[in-house]
Amino acid sequence: MGDRASMIRGLIAAQPVRTGGLVDRLRCVCQAAAGALSASGTGISVLTDDGTRGVYAASDPLSEHVEELQFLLGEGPCLDAFDRRRPVLIADLAGEAMSRWPMYAPEAHDRGVRAVFAFPLQIGAARLGVLDVFRDRAGRLSGQHLADALCFADVAVEALLDRQSDDAGAPEEPTHDSVTDAVANRAELFQAQGMVMVQIRGSITDAADRIRAYAYAENRSLGEVARDIVADDLRFEADRP
Amino acid sequence: MTTVSAQRLASIFVEVADTLVEEFDLIDFLHMLTDRTADLVGAAAVGLMLADGRGNLEFMAGSDENVKLLELFQLQAREGPCLEAYRTGQPVINVDLGAAASRWPRFAPRAAASGFQSVHAFPLRLRSQVIGALNVFGDTKGGDFTGADVPIVQSLADVAAIALLQERALRRGEALTEQLQGALNTRIVIEQAKGAVAYAQGVSVDEAFTLIRRYARDHNRKLTDVAWAIVHDRTISPELRPV
Repeated sequence: MGDRASMIRGLIAAQPVRTGGLVDRLRCVCQAAAGALSASGTGISVLTDDGTRGVYAASDPLSEHVEELQFLLGEGPCLDAFDRRRPVLIADLAGEAMSRWPMYAPEAHDRGVRAVFAFPLQIGAARLGVLDVFRDRAGRLSGQHLADALCFADVAVEALLDRQSDDAGAPEEPTHDSVTDAVANRAELFQAQGMVMVQIRGSITDAADRIRAYAYAENRSLGEVARDIVADDLRFEADRP
Repeated sequence: MTTVSAQRLASIFVEVADTLVEEFDLIDFLHMLTDRTADLVGAAAVGLMLADGRGNLEFMAGSDENVKLLELFQLQAREGPCLEAYRTGQPVINVDLGAAASRWPRFAPRAAASGFQSVHAFPLRLRSQVIGALNVFGDTKGGDFTGADVPIVQSLADVAAIALLQERALRRGEALTEQLQGALNTRIVIEQAKGAVAYAQGVSVDEAFTLIRRYARDHNRKLTDVAWAIVHDRTISPELRPV
């Protein structure tokens, strides 16, 4: 599994970089994911609780268009995945999806989409967006493709969390830790996010971001920082009003 | 195992088989299962792990969720009775933790240091499909399971697995993965809520969990919904203060 995750990071890193910013990094995720998941295309939309909604990146123009359709029509698997906080896996868009999304499903189908798999980009209550995987043939994702899609989603989550840190000049690539790997005591990391949320009087997303930015700046692992927070040896201050 | 009346045993089985309720909640269901198992066998602690979409075992629910116990579950992603039961599809019974250091070099000493003496794990399985494992810790040395107890607890685990797979199958083909991934994320929300309540109320994360769980029970709300309200809506109810 660790090998698989590093293989996926390798695939993403192998994509040609244009600007190196967040949108570009997400485009690399989309393009690598399209190839690795035998998809006709992929898209990443950013949706947050404060109302930000829109397509951030896609592997190709057609996927970007299909991704945009759901915001235009106000329905679709991506929006459902966000609302329900779990993946929405539609192996056959011509099936009951047609009645579930009476506007979106026929439109997407007309554009050649036969299957859609939407993965929320989230860490607990921190909701950042959705990764959509489109296929031009009906059929379920294999176990391996599902596992890989979840890994791609993890990378996208990290990129989105680090967007604020980017402005502060944080390092390009996360060092050794990631959201899900290498943190021995994952529960502690999530507990730390909850604590920091109260300390900074911000959202859980802000808290997760502050912890990561701190770990980069201090060159310490997320696990160590989380342990200090939970032990109350480290506190964060509220942002200026 | 403690002596349980046939009537009590029957009602536990019926409860565990009933997943077709309105607004089924996986996390609440698994908590119920661990609580009932703990009652049934008089165990010190019972926990449940399910395999995620990547094939890793993740802790989902426990009759108790103290920090030390949580660590014991997290260790079992790599080694331990749950992983063995999950991989082999067979129960792991009556392992003396004091003598299991060579079998599980990291897990066994930690479990023993936490005051447990024996450990057991039952696969959650339906025919060839194994979806996770039920983990029972005893604090009376060795044989707290007699030959007759094993099939009862394994049957309970089997009924739970069938009920879960059924529930998923009935709703939709892909519902298995969707629901499991949703529940895994809910586990994270619960940890975040523990942290928020612990800091806001000045209590330990263990106490915070007790407060959250009691609040959910007293108000007849799902643990999932209460945790979400705490972290997402950022409303920490005054009732979530330590008593």
